[in-house]
Amino acid sequence: MTTVKGLVEQAEKEGVALSDVVLQRENESTGTRKEELLEHMYRNLSVMRDSCREGENPNLRSESGLSGGDSAKMMERARSGENLCGPFFGKALARALAVSECNACMGRIVAAPTAGSCGILPAAVLTTMEEKNLPEETAVKALFTAAGIGMAIAEGASISGAQGGCQAEVGSASAMAAAAITEMMGGTPDMCAHACAMALKNVLGLVCDPVAGLVEVPCIKRNAMGVANALAAAEMALCGIESRIPADEVILAMRRVGDSMPGSLRETAEGGLAATPTGRRLAEEILGGKKAEKTQETP
Amino acid sequence: MHVFDIIGPVMIGPSSSHTAGAVRLGNVAHAMLKEPPVRGVITLCGSFAKTGRGHGTDRALTAGIMGMRPDDTRIRDSLRLAQEQGFAVSFCREERDGVHPNTAILQVEGASGHTVTVEGASIGGGSICVTKLNGMPVEISGESTTVLVLHEDVPGVIAAVTNFLAACGLNIAAFRMSHHEKGELALMSIELDGDAPDSLCQSVENFANVRSCTLLHALAR
Repeated sequence: MTTVKGLVEQAEKEGVALSDVVLQRENESTGTRKEELLEHMYRNLSVMRDSCREGENPNLRSESGLSGGDSAKMMERARSGENLCGPFFGKALARALAVSECNACMGRIVAAPTAGSCGILPAAVLTTMEEKNLPEETAVKALFTAAGIGMAIAEGASISGAQGGCQAEVGSASAMAAAAITEMMGGTPDMCAHACAMALKNVLGLVCDPVAGLVEVPCIKRNAMGVANALAAAEMALCGIESRIPADEVILAMRRVGDSMPGSLRETAEGGLAATPTGRRLAEEILGGKKAEKTQETP
Repeated sequence: MHVFDIIGPVMIGPSSSHTAGAVRLGNVAHAMLKEPPVRGVITLCGSFAKTGRGHGTDRALTAGIMGMRPDDTRIRDSLRLAQEQGFAVSFCREERDGVHPNTAILQVEGASGHTVTVEGASIGGGSICVTKLNGMPVEISGESTTVLVLHEDVPGVIAAVTNFLAACGLNIAAFRMSHHEKGELALMSIELDGDAPDSLCQSVENFANVRSCTLLHALAR
């Protein structure tokens, strides 16, 4: 089983980055050459970039009408330099929204680790790369670090909202992104593990409560929160702040919290925001309306 | 668990189960039909019926029947493309007990009048399970290449087919038999390690008591 501790120990022993360990292990377990694995990841990074671009279209709207156009607002403000937290933070939020909106509007995305949480990792990695003038190779390698963390979470807990709530989707993506950008900024493998632990700790207990069962409300804005959380965790780790609870124990805690969540808060659209008066009204309008009931036919 | 299970798949949103998995279910019908579809009746059950429109499940299934892969950007426009290509699709919603909440039944007719019926569920993360093919109970994930042989239920057919596969150097990963609700027909579904050539089907169809053979290549992710 993949553990964060195991990854860190191997990296420290060999004097390499976490991404090197993940790349090495993948090469050993699949027999695929490292160059091919890197090439595959380059392609995924390039899809992520395209999703950002598509999602930034101000005219984009989802089938339900619930989403689209918000990342364009955020990007405009971030580029103007007038936003509260400056261009780096503004662009990261805008990209998390953009990729998630692209997903909601049936655009092409990379599940990272899921479609519902697909905005966090591209936002963190692409914005860090751009704002810190880092080569693309650094971003590609960081995606392997993210994958290693994701595997540890998927094997030790879950990355499915139906199983573990939103903490398992947005939480996992946020922890993956935190570790990835910590490595991009020159953090040690141990710092990456602390970044992962802190990001995951911050969202323990987050429930999956999508309005009308659609991957839109609150999923899209939670992707913005997810990248903000990843940035906070990475900043803490990079200045030497440590998580008192090790990453693997946080993952175990996440699993237990997920197991004790009632079904109504695990993607069934029966609790949380989905069960608010407005959530129910929106669901009725979208799913119960004439449009949804009508049998559609193409002649 | 592998790196690209976490950073991937590349897919059309918004949902791996309601969109990407739905495309793959459609792909099974596409592979079975082997010709352009002209008419389709798609029955949506459970969560597919309830939230399918918002998730684009209708467009995803249609795209899949037309042979598009889960990352094809034309999925969004598949209903319009179907219309342009002379593929008439209609949808109905049905309440059914005892089936997976993300179940769809695809009845598709090809240009020659040949029809196929695929019943299956999208079971999460883009994975699928086909539960019925042309009325016969099956269990197909589409993860491996699968050979489907419809035959008279008489002694010797299984031995003939499996011996032939062995002679072709093909290794069987899983084997399942099912019987038609009525009649004396049976269906072998044989999952293989690795891929197999399309020419395999013609050879198997020449065997005594074999009605038809279909090769379902491992589905794209």
